Amino acid sequence: MTTTTSHTGLDLEAKLELYRVQVALRQFETRAYDLFLENYVKGTSHLSLGQEAIAAGFAAAMRPDDYTFATYRGHAHTLARGVPMTPVLAELMGRTNGLMAGKGGSMHLTSVEHGVLGSYAVIGAHLPIACGAAWSAQYRGTEQVAVCFFGDGSTNIGAFHEALNLAAIWKLPVVFVCENNLWMEYTRTTEITAVPNPAADRASAYGLESIIVDGNDVDAVYEVATTAMARARAGGGPSMIEALTYRHGGHSRADPGKYRPEAEVAEWLARDPIPMYHARLLAEGATEAQLVEIEHSVAAEVEVATEEAKAGPTPGADLLMKDVWADGGSAWRN
Amino acid sequence: MAQLTFREAISRGIAQEMRRDETVLAIGEDIGAAGGVFKGTVGLFEEFGPLRVRDTPISEQAILGAAMGAAMTGLKPIAEIMFSDFFAVCWDIVVNQIAKSRYMTNGQVSFPLVIRSGNGGGLRFGAQHSQSVENWAMMVPGLKVVVPSNALDVVGLMAAAVRDPDPVIFLEAKCLYSSKMEVPDGDIVDSLGRAKVLRSGGDATLVALGAMVPKALKAAEELAGVGIDCTVIDVRSLVPLDTVTILREVTATGRLFTVEENPRLCGWGGELSSIVSEEIFYDLDGPVVRITTPHIPLPAADALEDMAIPSVERIVATVSTSMNA
Ligand SMILES: Cc1ncc(C[n+]2csc(CCOP(=O)(O)OP(=O)(O)O)c2C)c(N)n1
Ligand SMILES: [Mg+2]
Repeated sequence: MTTTTSHTGLDLEAKLELYRVQVALRQFETRAYDLFLENYVKGTSHLSLGQEAIAAGFAAAMRPDDYTFATYRGHAHTLARGVPMTPVLAELMGRTNGLMAGKGGSMHLTSVEHGVLGSYAVIGAHLPIACGAAWSAQYRGTEQVAVCFFGDGSTNIGAFHEALNLAAIWKLPVVFVCENNLWMEYTRTTEITAVPNPAADRASAYGLESIIVDGNDVDAVYEVATTAMARARAGGGPSMIEALTYRHGGHSRADPGKYRPEAEVAEWLARDPIPMYHARLLAEGATEAQLVEIEHSVAAEVEVATEEAKAGPTPGADLLMKDVWADGGSAWRN
Repeated sequence: MAQLTFREAISRGIAQEMRRDETVLAIGEDIGAAGGVFKGTVGLFEEFGPLRVRDTPISEQAILGAAMGAAMTGLKPIAEIMFSDFFAVCWDIVVNQIAKSRYMTNGQVSFPLVIRSGNGGGLRFGAQHSQSVENWAMMVPGLKVVVPSNALDVVGLMAAAVRDPDPVIFLEAKCLYSSKMEVPDGDIVDSLGRAKVLRSGGDATLVALGAMVPKALKAAEELAGVGIDCTVIDVRSLVPLDTVTILREVTATGRLFTVEENPRLCGWGGELSSIVSEEIFYDLDGPVVRITTPHIPLPAADALEDMAIPSVERIVATVSTSMNA
């Protein structure tokens, strides 16, 4: 087993950008939560609070034309690829200026122009779909890589195993990333899983290396991502990475997450990826003023996005019957 | 012109499209060197090689997931699900992923893919390898559903399905695989959403699909012998549905009989019956009558299976009883 911790060769400027992305994800998700409580965000939403380093580290390692496949917990992965905040927030709020004009919602964020080929809400389904995009890249010879994020609980569904086997035998350029936040919805994953590390312990069954990374350390994530993506791009086939992390909040909506032991929550809050990175950057020569400036500019960005999203019109009937088919319509008869 | 079996027509249609467009690929279990368990892909592996005609593990979710991911990134896969009953193990990919994603993403992605599958009974395979599932597919918004009844239509509809920018479920009646007909040489491209009137008669309209089409034609011949002249329509495409042709022909005769292999409840004929009663009720001279497989899993024994699936005799008896009532 490879257990990776830092270091990257990234210069300070690149690291400040990693900091900025994590802060943006943090502040965006915090605002999304507030807007949910204020009933601006309807339905459901699953936040990545606490898991930002994984999205930020991987996105930084990706080429602009690489593909992201995310789950319903996908705001962070979408934003990290460069999708602006306003359309994401507006999508959560069901407005026409939303990323999908309100037709997808929080769990289905997709932005093809940014390589975000979707957020999928039926557990496991997107692993084989990511294989398909990787197969396509392989066949077309484009050296693109598909990166597929999923949770620890998602390792027990059949599609996970079908996808890993297919990726392995076809040597597909796909990187599977298990965000192991220890919990499914309200059940601890190890309680219902045959092995302690739900992804890494299964890797060998598909001829893959077991890779575990500290998912709260963006440098470590970046490094492991870079290695896996380079391998995939060079025709070396898939990788599976288990990134250890923790969600600060509940599973979804306003879930307070009370089923989790207080000591466990406290332990992980003390390992919050953002303050940890803040401290590292200071130690590596950044100034407090630089970091505060990043935090302030992100806060201003979130304010603007909030206002723009709230100002977005609600969708009209013209959208309802659109885009079932490629001709833009929904006719099933003549 | 060559005599072609239905199964040869499948590989002919696929090969025609693969020659034209190198983004067309085929995947499925045993479809490569083995040529498919029903021999529907014979010759493709030899002509196009292992990168374009690819054997997969027994992983139906992976097969269809791969087809979906490939379709959204520039390829046009043709995936095989060996028996249509097996859609049950990968239905999530079909219904929740492929069918919904264009709509959910406000049109950002398209799925130009074809899912072929051996469908229906008549081979004494028992309940898990014999169901006619066209009604499963028809009820899903976002899927096109094509069911050819003869070799010529197989070639042309396969080409149309491959060229269509939307996902198409292409159901191949297993009991027709060895049926033969003359098929012209050269490229053949049909279009989706067009029913065909195979025979015209003034008394009643029989609307049939897939393996029921030759039976409906045979029944119409026998009915003509007892003075009942039938129009026979081959639906060919459930989605899009050619209601213009069907309603016109039902209006002309005043009677509609559907001949369906799917089990009775929620079969496609139920939808057709509803359309007819909403739109041309006053043109009808009698009730709409559906001739279907009963609402049972298909039994294996030949004697029982023959009782379950609509037969020429059952069609003749049902139509003549109803017309003489
Ligand atoms: C097939 C399927 N079963 C159940 C669910 C309901 N569900 C949604 S999220 C979830 C927990 C998933 O846990 P995990 O994979 O660890 O991801 P996390 O939410 O922790 O990111 C469950 C059971 C679902 N969406 N799909
Ligand atoms: Mg989890």
